[in-house]
Amino acid sequence: MVNLIAKSPLWGQAPLVSAGVTLAEVDLGQVTSIAPFDMAVPGFPAPNTVVADGAARLVWTGRGQAFLIGGPVGDWAEVAAVTDQSDGWAGLSLLGAGAVDVLARLVPVDLRRLAVGDCARTQLGHMAVIVIAVAGGFELLVFRSMAQTAWHELATVIKMRGARLAC
Amino acid sequence: MRIEGKGRVDRLAPVRFRFDGVEYRGFEGDTLASALLANGVRLVGRSFKYHRPRGVMTAGSEEPNALVEVIDGRQQTPNVRATVQEIYEGLEAKSQNRWPSLKYDVLAVNDLASRFLTAGFYYKTFMWPRKFWERIYEPLIRRAAGLGSLSGRHDEAEYEKAFAFCDLLVIGAGPAGLMAALQAARAGADVILADEAAQMGGRLLADSAEIDGKPAQDWVAEVLAELEAAPNVRLMRRTTVTGAYDGGTFGALERVGLHLAARPDLPRECFWRIVAGQAVLAAGAQERMIAFEGNDRPGIMTASSLRTYLNQYGVAAGKRVTIFANNDDARQTARDLMAAGVTVVAIIDARPDASVAEDCPVYTGAEVIGTTGRHGLTGITFRYHGGEVQLATDCLGVSGGWNPLVHLTCHMNGRPQWDGALAAFVPQAGAVPGLHVAGAAAGVFSLGHCLAHGAEVAAAALAVLGHKVAPIAVPQADEAGYDIMPVWEVKGSRRAWLDFANDVTTKDVRQAAQEGFASVEHMKRYTTQGMAPDQGKNSNIGALAVLADATGRGIAQTGVTTYRPPFSPVSIAAIGAGGRAEGFAPQRFMTSHSASVERGAPMIEAGLWYRPSYFPRPGEVTWRQACDREVAMVRSAVGVCDVSTLGKIDIQGRDAARFLDLVYTNVFSTLPIGRVRYGLMLRADGHVLDDGTTARLAENHYVMTTTTAAAGLVMRHLEFVAQAYCAGWEVRFISVTEQWAQFAVAGPMAKTLIDTLTQADLPFMGCALVQLGDVTARLFRISFSGEQGYEIAVPARYGEALFRDLLARAETLGGGPYGMEALNVLRIEKGFITHSEIHGRITAFDIGMAKMISAKKDCIGKGAALRPGLLEGREQLVGLRPVNDAMISAGAHLFAPGAEVKRENDQGYVTSVCYSPTLGGYLGLAFLQDGRARHGEMVRLVDHLRGIDLLCEVSDPVFYDKEGGLLRG
Repeated sequence: MVNLIAKSPLWGQAPLVSAGVTLAEVDLGQVTSIAPFDMAVPGFPAPNTVVADGAARLVWTGRGQAFLIGGPVGDWAEVAAVTDQSDGWAGLSLLGAGAVDVLARLVPVDLRRLAVGDCARTQLGHMAVIVIAVAGGFELLVFRSMAQTAWHELATVIKMRGARLAC
Repeated sequence: MRIEGKGRVDRLAPVRFRFDGVEYRGFEGDTLASALLANGVRLVGRSFKYHRPRGVMTAGSEEPNALVEVIDGRQQTPNVRATVQEIYEGLEAKSQNRWPSLKYDVLAVNDLASRFLTAGFYYKTFMWPRKFWERIYEPLIRRAAGLGSLSGRHDEAEYEKAFAFCDLLVIGAGPAGLMAALQAARAGADVILADEAAQMGGRLLADSAEIDGKPAQDWVAEVLAELEAAPNVRLMRRTTVTGAYDGGTFGALERVGLHLAARPDLPRECFWRIVAGQAVLAAGAQERMIAFEGNDRPGIMTASSLRTYLNQYGVAAGKRVTIFANNDDARQTARDLMAAGVTVVAIIDARPDASVAEDCPVYTGAEVIGTTGRHGLTGITFRYHGGEVQLATDCLGVSGGWNPLVHLTCHMNGRPQWDGALAAFVPQAGAVPGLHVAGAAAGVFSLGHCLAHGAEVAAAALAVLGHKVAPIAVPQADEAGYDIMPVWEVKGSRRAWLDFANDVTTKDVRQAAQEGFASVEHMKRYTTQGMAPDQGKNSNIGALAVLADATGRGIAQTGVTTYRPPFSPVSIAAIGAGGRAEGFAPQRFMTSHSASVERGAPMIEAGLWYRPSYFPRPGEVTWRQACDREVAMVRSAVGVCDVSTLGKIDIQGRDAARFLDLVYTNVFSTLPIGRVRYGLMLRADGHVLDDGTTARLAENHYVMTTTTAAAGLVMRHLEFVAQAYCAGWEVRFISVTEQWAQFAVAGPMAKTLIDTLTQADLPFMGCALVQLGDVTARLFRISFSGEQGYEIAVPARYGEALFRDLLARAETLGGGPYGMEALNVLRIEKGFITHSEIHGRITAFDIGMAKMISAKKDCIGKGAALRPGLLEGREQLVGLRPVNDAMISAGAHLFAPGAEVKRENDQGYVTSVCYSPTLGGYLGLAFLQDGRARHGEMVRLVDHLRGIDLLCEVSDPVFYDKEGGLLRG
């Protein structure tokens, strides 16, 4: 009987609190991609939005594709291709008054316009990212294999923001 | 010389700095230029070509002369404009383009030889002997040329890149820009106001104007206070908008830390991309010089800069100042200087009918014809009423009029238009979509009109965005125009400078015209006028006026050269911010990364991934020793390799099988559930795109694997095919590369190992879900090594644990991990292809897989693959074994034995080679003309780069276990 130890993408990484923001890894729980066979299926989020699905969130992630985050697949399996993505993505949270300012260094969209309930699939530096607006900041989903680079890039711009604030 | 009671520098905050090793004092708020002038330093640099002594000429970012090197710790930044660089405690600057010292510069001999160094000198002189160019002339010229020097070290300082968005971007914070921003702010728009200076206000800080009856500076302070307080306004100081691009995007460079001593983590500069709904260009205007003999001496400056140094910095640039001008505006300089107690020796006004009512001598209809003073101006000679008058003066303020700064309006190929009344080019309306020009940049030259124009233009820009705008009150200010009479040059027999930075004189421009380079673009390139760091801002209009005169055309007909971004110099480091070292590209790490690194495996880059090259054991000195051992280990026991980097695509839907039949050459709809099949994918042009295995997990559920290299490419291809050709099909797919950590377990003991983990009796090319405790894993019986092999996949969170577990079991069985090198040897021995072989110009026919293109169905690329020329007379995949087992190399070319080694006789090339410990010699895979028919023949392998020339025997590409008995077990 094998019992395998599970590790999160940034296992052991302590949160970074600096320059008016807190950067931390978040456990997204179960993440399932939902790709409905009929695009007009009710309950599917409009582009760049998040809809509540019970306790879970259904986050638009592309044309005909959404991620169900933090909940069971339920009836979606009957109307959509459902694929487990729980291990494919690293979750980061960037909270605090400086979050927009920090991300303005890496993300080429106007994140001031994202309210809670909005999301965007865009770039973080050179990598693809899903940005979800949450209370007090953002959640960022990046490819698991790139989690260290994402952390490094965010930590770098946070450091530079700190230095700017100290001027 | 400082003037008490003048200027905005902080007299209570003295700042020490060094220039050429000498310590000076300035005040907070000084630029290097103002502080040097305050200390009486006039000589600050040497010119580019003639090494003429030069001093500060302007007070702005257009400065052509006062270019210095700033040394800051490990940083050495050349061509820093002293007029832009603010001083800070400990600033260290050096003059450049001189040796051994600024005052005694050896290459000043160039000045004596100037009659030989005119336009076209290089082109005419260094033509022959021809072979001298590379060895003698070019190195010599390179050493003599260029301004400033670099440290030769990496620039390891921090730079930043950022994005900003707004409704209205206002470029320039002078009177028009401030009014535009105020109008937009009060209308509730999202506003960015960017200005290149440290303090906003533009010329209002430099002039002694009044607005609404009070000093203009007070009005500026009030407006800025209101804008600062407005939540919808962002003020970007020290930020130069450098370029206008498509879609309302503007590039801008912010000097973040350049005005401070270096401090940790503070970026030196930030390169902004600002996306604006609309923009107002209120860049103002720039005063131009007049070309007259000896107009380049230190102490000869633009008239307006004298005013700037006086009013903004409290500095008089000379003790006995003379003004030479062709317009009314320069009079204000004389008045301001006199009011501050500085002696104005004379005003020399080129206009015969100009007023003489000043508190100093005014000579109308006069023009300066000569100057004296080697390291600084000592006197001038001017022509007046037919006679020549000499004056002792140490500073000459020159004004040839003002040029609206139209540059940004030209960044999308727009051309400015000549305005005869203003004697200047003004912007063409609509030249850049969404960019509105206000104030002096639009040719509006009185302060009162600028204020009104700024508000008016902003309102118009906001109306485009659908804002309802209530016009704001326009304050009262002087509305008098500036009466100008065009004067471009004072003709004489000696050199009169146009382009100070590149040492281009009126003589050069006339010579260019004479030698046939009469178009403005040709003249520019022949003379290098406008190609210095100031990009011709100080010389363009003057040069083309001289050219117009020389060719007998008007200025409007002559036209201007193209103004391109950037408006002022942008450091490459700022543009590439964040891209150095590990910032160059994302690093992708597998879940086994630390376990591999702990075992000393050198990690090599495979695309963005980092994969272990080999796993050295104690005593192994070379990679080959480790690689050979790992190959033998897999062939004799069992090896474990992380293959998670292979692309994995989850494909679902009722039409999934039909979709796979379309994208693969072979049939997947017949694949039984629980089985895996090798597939070949073509591009639309019939060449091989990728290969890999696809497993059928359920009736309507497949998982495809791609090569590591083509994972993204295949995903894109599938998206295209699905969207372009498969409308209405029920098929959905998503990458699961990152979701699953997948490990190859290969070797005769592979089954033994797998059996200790889980119970699964899989046939060759079978797959199943298996349980590893609570974890559901996917087990595939596939092999890329030629041995009995499995690949086992678990959700990535368990990847590291499973890898370490598999290694422990493998080591117990006499096996262990293997890396990329061994993987490559194993597959070459087996004749398996990678993208070294399917490199984009290869067909299924070439690799002997033509039969894999199913005759029973159509597929992407099938028709194109059957085109004439793709099925005959081509190079085909073969194996190569060198005689005597000598070393061979990938990239070598193949020839018939005895044939001359030349391109025409080329018969193919080698794609992959390895040393095979299994077969005891080198093996190669190659493409050889008609290769499949030549097994057993000899070919000559030649690699000129590595000096290899030997004979090889051609064989089947599969060297090891041709029948595949081991594979199937």
